[in-house]
Amino acid sequence: MNDRHKRMWQMDIGPEQPDRRRFLRGSLALGALPLLGGCSISDEPIVEKALLQVSRFNDRVQAWLFDPEQLAPTYPESMITRPFPFNAYYSLDKVPQVDGERFRLQVGGRVADQRPWSLAELRTLPQTDQVTRLICVEGWSAIGKWGGVRFSDFLERIGADLEAQYVGFRCADGYYTSIDMPTALHPQTLLTLTFDGQVLPARYGFPLKLRMPTKLGYKNPKHVEALFVTNTYPGGYWEDRGYNWFGGS
Amino acid sequence: MNAQPVMANKAAGDVPPVHPLWLRLTHWLNALAVVLMVMSGWRIYNASPLFDFRFPDEITLGGWLAGAILWHFAAMWLLVVNGLLYLSINTATGRLGRRFFPLSPRGFAADLKAAFHGRLSHADPRRYNTVQRAAYLFVILDLVLLVLSGLVLWKSVQFPLLRELMGGYETARYVHFFTMAALVGFVVIHVAMALLVPRSLLHMIRGR
Ligand code: HEM
Repeated sequence: MNDRHKRMWQMDIGPEQPDRRRFLRGSLALGALPLLGGCSISDEPIVEKALLQVSRFNDRVQAWLFDPEQLAPTYPESMITRPFPFNAYYSLDKVPQVDGERFRLQVGGRVADQRPWSLAELRTLPQTDQVTRLICVEGWSAIGKWGGVRFSDFLERIGADLEAQYVGFRCADGYYTSIDMPTALHPQTLLTLTFDGQVLPARYGFPLKLRMPTKLGYKNPKHVEALFVTNTYPGGYWEDRGYNWFGGS
Repeated sequence: MNAQPVMANKAAGDVPPVHPLWLRLTHWLNALAVVLMVMSGWRIYNASPLFDFRFPDEITLGGWLAGAILWHFAAMWLLVVNGLLYLSINTATGRLGRRFFPLSPRGFAADLKAAFHGRLSHADPRRYNTVQRAAYLFVILDLVLLVLSGLVLWKSVQFPLLRELMGGYETARYVHFFTMAALVGFVVIHVAMALLVPRSLLHMIRGR
């Protein structure tokens, strides 16, 4: 199963793919339909624009559907997927190695207390863990156990503006993404330090991963170095390449 | 509306169309939505195949996973809004009951046999034979299940009851796949039949 995931990932969302012009390629097949005659809509900017507009509309529908009280299902530890699949926009040997001693989480934007956090300090905050299903945008899913600080607690502690629209993340591997505030405050959204009871391994996002069982895998950033609260849409690595921004599940 | 067969010698202008305009519109919009959904869905399937095969890229839509998802989650609105329109007008006018019922197993067996001998009657285009009734009702229910399982895949956390009815997220993937396969099976036979009886195709396009 793992192998297949890796293969698919390389084919379909590998790093050489996300070139915006190409994401509607293959609609060539549609050109074969009598409906649209010979006109190739593969590179048609109007079609691309319309589809992206529907995607923005779908963001709003998902925000509306999102129920802050609705919990994602949790599972017994016996159901944890082992080994848990590795997934990123690069291969396993490119996983960043972060020095945990020197690491400081940067906190910025609409936040009262912008003091950076060491891992030791984060570990002194109340910890919680949960076993949930991670659903990938590719369709597969896997059950894992993540532990750490409830993100809403953390946001309150740093004096974040909880009325702001977005929380953005920047990561040690160059990845970046952002989420809506209601999801950031969801009780199951965790700023995690552990995976399966161990210090978060590098492949699963050492030193910090934001885990949200209410969002698809690509919305769950690993190797988080900095986070900021903002009202300016921050986008995301995959989101800027055509994936839906809200990415809820 | 007139449920009785209309006399053949009446002037064409007086008789209501075989298929009312709203039906023809919703039928062809549905066909378009189904094609877009299935082709983009195959591309999404290819990102993480459930079985030991992939769909050839040439018959998929979207170019890569993100493009396919954009198409899929745009065409879904056409499929659902148009489908709800079709179902509500069809029930509100009583056409659903008149066109698709009664549906007796015996009639089905007889009509199926006649169909295999090439003797199925299409003399009255305003009445579907029992095989047609069963096939259309089947594909309507299949589409409902296809959409509901898709809703679980899209938002499994937000629809807990639906998710549990589908047997959970992973089982919903199989429900979604097999209802797609059944739909494609229907379309293949349906299009072949329409081409075998070209007059019915004209009715579905022009109404008469
Ligand atoms: C792609 C998905 C399609 C679906 C799900 C579908 C489904 C249906 C349904 C449910 C009906 C009965 C409608 C009613 O009376 O309420 C119907 C009728 C019909 N369809 Fe389709 N259809 C599809 C595509 C097509 C295509 C591509 C063609 C033509 C090549 C076609 C030709 C017809 C014709 C001719 C009828 C009327 C049959 C008659 O009057 O005896 N359909 N279709």
